[in-house]
Amino acid sequence: MGKRIGMEVSIAAAEAVKQANVDVISAYPITPQTHIVEHLSELVANGELDAEFFCVESEHSALSVCLGAAATGARTFTCTSSQGLVLMSEITYIASGLRLPMLMIISNRTISAPLSIWNDHSDVMSIRDCGWIQFFVENGQEVYDHVFVSYRLAEDRNVLFPVIINMDGFILSHVIEPIELIEQEKINQFLPPYQPLYQLHPDHPVTMGAFALPSIFAEAKKAQEEALLSSIPKITETWKAFGDMTGRYYNPVEIYKAEDADTLLVTMGCFGETASVAVDKMREGGKSVGLVKIRLWRPFPFDDLKKATIDAKQLVVIDRAISVGACGPVAAEVKAALYGKDQRPSVYNFVAGISGRDVTSSDFIKMVDKAEREMEEGNKEGYEIYGVRG
Amino acid sequence: MTKPESEWTWKELTVGNVILEPGNASQYRTGDWKTLKPILNKELCIHCGLCYIFCPDMAYNLNEEGYFIGDLFYCKGCGICAKECPTGAITMVLEEEEK
Ligand code: SF4
Ligand code: SF4
Repeated sequence: MGKRIGMEVSIAAAEAVKQANVDVISAYPITPQTHIVEHLSELVANGELDAEFFCVESEHSALSVCLGAAATGARTFTCTSSQGLVLMSEITYIASGLRLPMLMIISNRTISAPLSIWNDHSDVMSIRDCGWIQFFVENGQEVYDHVFVSYRLAEDRNVLFPVIINMDGFILSHVIEPIELIEQEKINQFLPPYQPLYQLHPDHPVTMGAFALPSIFAEAKKAQEEALLSSIPKITETWKAFGDMTGRYYNPVEIYKAEDADTLLVTMGCFGETASVAVDKMREGGKSVGLVKIRLWRPFPFDDLKKATIDAKQLVVIDRAISVGACGPVAAEVKAALYGKDQRPSVYNFVAGISGRDVTSSDFIKMVDKAEREMEEGNKEGYEIYGVRG
Repeated sequence: MTKPESEWTWKELTVGNVILEPGNASQYRTGDWKTLKPILNKELCIHCGLCYIFCPDMAYNLNEEGYFIGDLFYCKGCGICAKECPTGAITMVLEEEEK
């Protein structure tokens, strides 16, 4: 078993990127992802990591560099947050359309305005539809582990997609947690060098990013979508292989005391840990409450989510972002997943913790109580921003 | 391209729509975009090559007799060659008039 040491989660993420032996790192500083690339730049400068580190003039360029490098067959890494991701967004769609494997960690932070540096999921929701595989993680160990899972998956010939790991900014990125490091020999076995299917090389010219007329564009998008949807079995296979190596197994949707529960909390990201404490307290008080945590955000695991939630009476979906003018984006997806079923739980949606406002275990209990009361009164599909004054 | 792109199914496309055959844009008929086509009056041509230089589609080729002839497979009918020709040797005419 690897060494278990206390370290800042951002540093653990950077150490994992080093152990993944990347060739190219390109990034532009933005809070709260900065510690990750700062540490990587030190590792490169000290000669501990043999990689090119590109200091670019914007996030748009950061991802463009990764895209170009990935097209030549390099293993690449970038990292961003908030406004930085929004500036990158143009290139996120291109990376996925070109089916270029790469990894980006997003240390999730609110999008302005009002200007805020704190955590929520509004940044990644702005590129929800960009066609990357998108994970949400709950703690430092999961960030560290998913770096290896992501590269192996992204570079799999049957997948070939870029991958995003979402980790909550500050709440996760800046805390110190015990991390079990994996021995380098094991990583090398789990993650062999990247063998690109196609690459830009002067000896074998190919064209990437060509123009498509309306007569073929829809076919190109269909191929991309089919490929992303059919990556789900590959994702679970990769998690299985990782679990067999480390003993840590992951699933598209994680459940906690959920099997027999009448009411289920549904969360994404590091809300999960606090919510599980709330579930324990409510269970002690005799309430039939469980927890469902969405780990795989894209491709959305409709089947797993249905299976995990269909027998409950009520779901309380907690979103950490607002789709202004609609509701929480996770709730919208959950409702869509359940829509085809005659017997389905009602879905009450809270938007909570936006811009880093604390959500404690007693807040989760209050939300469950409120949703259950509303349901008894016949309001089965409520939506509100939790804890708003006035 | 072995067949027109309107006949390709999604399953036949390469991963990421990579084009593996270099330079196959030359198989693309841009000539069917045009309504006007250039007609050369050889008697006025002084072989200066300005049409060849200015054509944005590089449609002109020098033939064995020393004339620059626009390849209508590529010519988009923009009329730049006719505008630039110093002797007025090129006239743009509606394609259908020439049938
Ligand atoms: S009309 Fe335009 S495209 Fe056609 S040959 Fe003349 S310059 Fe070239
Ligand atoms: S520009 Fe006119 S004169 Fe000159 S080569 Fe072309 S057709 Fe002849």
